[in-house]
Amino acid sequence: MARAAPRVDTFPQLLLHHARTRPQRPALREKDLGIWQTWTWRQFAEESGALAHAFHELGLRRGDHMAIVGENRPHLYCAMMAAQMLGAIPVPLYQDAIADEMVYVFEDAAIRLAVVEDQEQLDKMLDVRVRHPALTHVVFGDPRGLRHYDAPGLVALDRLIARGVELRLQQPGFVEAQIALGTAEDTATLFYTSGTTGRAKGVVQTHAALIDRARAAAELDHLTVDEEVLAYLPLAWIGQYIFSYAQALVVGYTVNCPESPSTVTNDLREIGPTYYFAPPRVFEGLLTQVTIRMEDAASPKRRLFGWAMAVGGRIGGAMLDGKPVGAIDRLRHALADLLVFGPLRNQLGFSRVRVAYTAGEAIGPDLFAFYRSIGVNLKQLYGSTETAVFVCMQPDRQVRAGSVGPPVEGVELRLADNGEVLVRSPGLLKEYYRNPQATAAVKDVEGWYHTGDAGILDPDGHLRIIDRAADVGRLESGALFAPKYLENKLKFFAHIKEAVAFGNGRDRVCVFVNIDFESVGNWAERRGLAYAGYADLASKTEVLDLVGSRVAKVNADLAADPQLASSQIHRFLVLHKELDPDDEELTRTRKVRRRFIAEKYAILVDALYSDRGSQYVETLVKFEDGRSGVVSATLAIRDASVCAPPAARTKAA
Amino acid sequence: MTTEGGVQDQSGVRPGQGSRATERRIGDVLLRVDRISLSFGGVRALADVAFDVREGEIRAVIGPNGAGKSSILNVINGVYVPQQGRINYRGVDFDRMNPHRAAQMGIARTFQNLALFKGMSVLDNLMAGRNLRMHAGILAQALRIGPAEREELKNRAVVEQIIDFLEIQPWRRHPVGRLAYGLQKRVDLGRALALEPTLLLLDEPMAGMNHEEKQDMSRFILDVNDEFGTTIVLIEHDMGVVMDICDRVVVLDYGKKIGDGTPDEVRDNPEVIDAYLGTCH
Repeated sequence: MARAAPRVDTFPQLLLHHARTRPQRPALREKDLGIWQTWTWRQFAEESGALAHAFHELGLRRGDHMAIVGENRPHLYCAMMAAQMLGAIPVPLYQDAIADEMVYVFEDAAIRLAVVEDQEQLDKMLDVRVRHPALTHVVFGDPRGLRHYDAPGLVALDRLIARGVELRLQQPGFVEAQIALGTAEDTATLFYTSGTTGRAKGVVQTHAALIDRARAAAELDHLTVDEEVLAYLPLAWIGQYIFSYAQALVVGYTVNCPESPSTVTNDLREIGPTYYFAPPRVFEGLLTQVTIRMEDAASPKRRLFGWAMAVGGRIGGAMLDGKPVGAIDRLRHALADLLVFGPLRNQLGFSRVRVAYTAGEAIGPDLFAFYRSIGVNLKQLYGSTETAVFVCMQPDRQVRAGSVGPPVEGVELRLADNGEVLVRSPGLLKEYYRNPQATAAVKDVEGWYHTGDAGILDPDGHLRIIDRAADVGRLESGALFAPKYLENKLKFFAHIKEAVAFGNGRDRVCVFVNIDFESVGNWAERRGLAYAGYADLASKTEVLDLVGSRVAKVNADLAADPQLASSQIHRFLVLHKELDPDDEELTRTRKVRRRFIAEKYAILVDALYSDRGSQYVETLVKFEDGRSGVVSATLAIRDASVCAPPAARTKAA
Repeated sequence: MTTEGGVQDQSGVRPGQGSRATERRIGDVLLRVDRISLSFGGVRALADVAFDVREGEIRAVIGPNGAGKSSILNVINGVYVPQQGRINYRGVDFDRMNPHRAAQMGIARTFQNLALFKGMSVLDNLMAGRNLRMHAGILAQALRIGPAEREELKNRAVVEQIIDFLEIQPWRRHPVGRLAYGLQKRVDLGRALALEPTLLLLDEPMAGMNHEEKQDMSRFILDVNDEFGTTIVLIEHDMGVVMDICDRVVVLDYGKKIGDGTPDEVRDNPEVIDAYLGTCH
């Protein structure tokens, strides 16, 4: 924890504090040309200070917005800091968004200066500029491929830093004076939420809110300056921002930036982070890799792995929670740890992980249990952009799969009559940028933020999230229909990547399924099943049977629960293309946009609710470079095996 | 990281795929092959082939199977000795080239069937490609003493630039033999680049690749040409690629040159259409 520090109300003030008290400690690292390069806290402060001078010269003023687009790079962190030093507001954007999607943000926030990573992002900025000419300056980090670009207003970051250093000599004290002008209530960063519906909204978060939440969470987990974090998720996502920027500045730990997105697994292993954060899909991806590799392993190894996992499943979690475990079990666990868990954690890059979190989506109980049983202290938390992340967190030793833990210090929480979770916390958004209507819709006069999530409070104060409040619907019969609950149940199978459930106002539930290409592809190869690509694989009878068996399992599970027995899945189909954020079917954080999908594939939904056995469909797809094309396919529609509810089990199903 | 970009304030178009400003980079004649004839016993592989390559250009050699494309590359870098004809490289005439001398003079090449040490890592393969730039003796290199270590560090830095350039960071430590074919092709290009060549000979750099891999490779070739100013001679079958990235094209058929010019000129040349694009054999 940052010990009793002088007045540190803003991120730049925190940075100055670290640069003063621990100038030589590593603040940022980046692997460049195969070698980890370090920015000490002093270098972090110096580069940021120089950039602040240069940005000021380019016309960036207090209250202006500045776009940041790129992977996690120390230079971009410095640029963000530089903007905050001047009292300007950085706006991190998702680096995989296409120019069309970015234009709205540039217009909404009246952005005139953008700092981008490389040619790919610069190209998008030039496209953005066609529709938003106010974007006068674009600063780029990596000059590769840009030598012949001669559009006006393009500036190399290195040049800018050099210029800033000159200016700094001419006007000493300028940056410090600017930083001193900053107050806790200033806007620190503007986050555009991808939103499951409608246009992106700019969430205004102040220094006070972000720092308060970062600090509360750091205290809960006793984070120290020795933590190592790997920053590999988009900075535009507040989760990454909190873990690799806000908390790093509050606590003073080290943030590591991978060499490239494709080397994250290697970099993870090299760094060995102690504090780790990932949405469930990342944990899922890692587990899928492990499973596939174990299936390919020789039989003795597979047996050893199976034995260790059984031991871990039985007592690994209890060991982590510090519960009493018998001596023989302890011995077994020690052996399993030596032979399997230790090497496995090392392979995954989790050898040093002290605290790991997952959030953003429900995590499968098996998946969650897997990591805990191999000794990774994986916990869940609940929060959103609007709450500066931390609302609920599982403290050590109070961890369980279904809940997200009790409210973090400072948070007041209650449930509305319809089950919606309401939150009052120092971390709440100030407002949606230039959108008082939207602000009023989520934040009531008493200061309660309406999360839009439906939840249940357990007797011991732990919160359980079941679905989006707005998505919880009713079947024609009046029975409860929580689509996400069903979708998650399906997605907990490694072979199913996405699912979309329909049923609100209908007489029964039907689903779309997206197979996991890697996992099902491997499954098919193992069976000698030839396929020509995603669409072909997805249409194989064997694959449909596989998915059918998964659906049947989910139905069996649901049938055991009296409240949800009528939500059993009656018919399903396997989509011919992967749902994709570029086609607006998923949000940038990969959440299913159910309504959009229902409209886009209305013809398929109709077919599900008819008695047709197949349906022809044409779909427009957009590629990452902006081109688009049409894919078409005839999809088979299958009936799922449905179990009778417990009470009616004696009757024929 | 170096910066050549800087603050730029002229107006103009930005180069994208396909639209390349040619006048800026192409210089004088770098290589001239003059009336080359090559036979293997009674088989005439090349007959009186002559063309030139200008500094900074991307020159394609195309033609049906057995037209003598690989042979002409082999003559240029000295693997084959022609019975007749001369090579003029950087204003110096050579009756015969040999591969070692060619490499020393900055001529590097990649091979149709790859020339990599399959069991060695990507990194080691590229370091091997730097061998000509190592001056320390074998023993000094093995023991990493004195200048050998400094040299190695310097060479490693160059190799890392190439790894970064070709975006093969994730596979640095992987044995080459275990990589996908398209990646191996990229490593082979990296090995050639490790020589920091003036003239790069690419023998079917895109053979056996899918569409996306071809696009990637095309981009790398253009970038090599653009960033390092390397002159490139490449053999390619995919006419789309040739038309997109090459400045001038030589067409061979049965060992004879039947066309030479810009991609458009070559495409409209009736003899070429007959030999290569049109009629079947």
